[in-house]
Amino acid sequence: MAPSLEEPTQVDLDAPLKEKPSLVAPEPEHCPGPESQQAGTAESCTGCPNQKICASAPKGPDPDIPLITSRLSSVRHKILVLSGKGGVGKSTFSTMLAHAFSSNPSHTVGLMDTDICGPSIPKMMGVENETIHVTAAGWEPVWVSDNLGVMSVQFMLPGRDDAVIWRGAKKNGLIKRFLKDVCWGEMDVLVVDTPPGTSDEHLSVNALLKEAGVDGAVVVSTPQEVALLDVRKELDFCKKAGIRVLGIVENMSGFVCPGCRHESKIFRASTGGARRLAEEMGIRFLGAVPLDPRIGMACDYGESFLEAYPESPACVAIQEVVRAVGEELGLERGEVFGE
Amino acid sequence: MPHENIKHIVLVLSGKGGVGKSSITTQLALSLSLRGHTIGVLDIDLTGPSIPRFFGIEEAKVRQAPGGWIPVSVHDEQVLSPLPLPLSSQKPAGEAKNEEQRIGALSCMSLGFILANRNDAVIWRGPKKTAMVKQFLTDVLWPPLDYLLIDTPPGTSDEHISLLENLHLQTSSPSAPRNQLAGAVVVTTPQAISISDVKKELNFCKKTGIRVLGVVENMAGFVCPNCKECTNVFSKGGGEVMAREFEVPFLGSVPIDPQFVELVEEGTRPVYPEGTIIAGKDVGGEVGVEDEKRKEGLLVDKYRSCSLWPLFDGIVGGLDEDIRSRDV
Repeated sequence: MAPSLEEPTQVDLDAPLKEKPSLVAPEPEHCPGPESQQAGTAESCTGCPNQKICASAPKGPDPDIPLITSRLSSVRHKILVLSGKGGVGKSTFSTMLAHAFSSNPSHTVGLMDTDICGPSIPKMMGVENETIHVTAAGWEPVWVSDNLGVMSVQFMLPGRDDAVIWRGAKKNGLIKRFLKDVCWGEMDVLVVDTPPGTSDEHLSVNALLKEAGVDGAVVVSTPQEVALLDVRKELDFCKKAGIRVLGIVENMSGFVCPGCRHESKIFRASTGGARRLAEEMGIRFLGAVPLDPRIGMACDYGESFLEAYPESPACVAIQEVVRAVGEELGLERGEVFGE
Repeated sequence: MPHENIKHIVLVLSGKGGVGKSSITTQLALSLSLRGHTIGVLDIDLTGPSIPRFFGIEEAKVRQAPGGWIPVSVHDEQVLSPLPLPLSSQKPAGEAKNEEQRIGALSCMSLGFILANRNDAVIWRGPKKTAMVKQFLTDVLWPPLDYLLIDTPPGTSDEHISLLENLHLQTSSPSAPRNQLAGAVVVTTPQAISISDVKKELNFCKKTGIRVLGVVENMAGFVCPNCKECTNVFSKGGGEVMAREFEVPFLGSVPIDPQFVELVEEGTRPVYPEGTIIAGKDVGGEVGVEDEKRKEGLLVDKYRSCSLWPLFDGIVGGLDEDIRSRDV
């Protein structure tokens, strides 16, 4: 069979995410999605053994969305941390953001990890060995400090090295339970960390949170074109999905040698880096954070880099970025750190 | 069944993103090609394909032929002229590498070659990704290959499941060459954060019955171009400890080399300051090429000037021997 070179079909971004009906055969390639509005009636459904099942499944918006919306109605600001590329520091930046906002004692901050195959938030927060408490009201997040709660799939795994070998549909189900069953309570900021790419997790988070209202997304990048290539795709995703981009952060930009104070560009911005990209796309450039080996170390030990090295250039840069994010959220300048 | 003309398939895996899977795949491919093997590279990272960028063939488009797609050629089988000698000729001439070199052909396949616009997001759910991976595995008309390297996205999800389902199916057919699915090279960086994700990937290999050929620790140390001081930007040694814990071979630590990044990003032949020592070898000194000519030549030719090449040459030498010893 000769393969087709046709334009890949785009999925329906607004498709409600209901429980999918139980199928008798695997979903075919051009399946509109058993949960979608066109399920069973689309052109590509002709001849599919699941057609009848899909067609008779209840249509309309997901009945769980109002539940999620009411659950999250007490959360003032919701921020997504995105990047098309892996390993650019999404999780690191998410933890920094959470730590920074929670440094104001009058704030309550939540951090949700939606990376199911490679969750790193619990380790970075130093709560790796915790498990979830289930109360009558729902799942209780793990509290790192008095005003900082964390939720991750890692807390539900029996062994911390176990691989989570799940297909997309199963991951979506878990993300939904996270949003529906975790009682975040009264919260000022909820930071949602995402896995790399533009696939199931991102579509679910977007579809489920649309009603509840997301303030916007912070996009993280590194300076090289190899990373920017993927970040452009992520920005395109945000545009198509109607997610407001709060701004771009450039991570790992420049490295100061501890021996001779010479600054080298480990990851060279041959195409102008994230700053140029931000200009091109008309998006706010939130700032550049230099590479500091101590950031990685602080993450490995689950400590807050911001508290440990408040004087370092990287810390100052991060605080500036957090202030900028605060501004975009409409917080007062002094409100972010409680100064 | 297609793919009977591929001798060995090697996967490049990592649970973590951005640790250098594509960069390691690229260098393994170049080094194997420099040893005279015919190589194919298949990129199944659908939402973030980087292989076209690494090989400098972003503009290329895939061609269609009766029966399938024709992969994009990076270079053909040919003989490379000896590396230029240093202009100042301080180094003794006639070192082992300074002779004509026969290289094998190298071709690539990636979703990046099919997309109309490189900035467009590929927003696909699982079933569509599964179908695409399957198509990549069955419908690409590879020439006869010694090695097919498969670069994967991070994680252990749809792409990985369908990749292994299809590969197990294909390689277990009686017409497939013996030991065709040779195993996986697992890439990590030294930090504990990365290691904890990569451990999941090793468990994934165990569960799915893939032999781990070895662990490569990437981004271990950075040599300051100013003072030649080596800093462990992302700490060091984590990969080796993990390999020992899981009883899999440790293939080596790869330092960060900004010159390699420059080679990929701008196509400039690497040059190192006098006295740079990497992996116990002096790689410093000027190469006998004037500045304006540094961009000329094939990627694989320029890669020979990179400090990482001897390291990777050693790694692929070991891999090649190991894989071939299991053929019989």
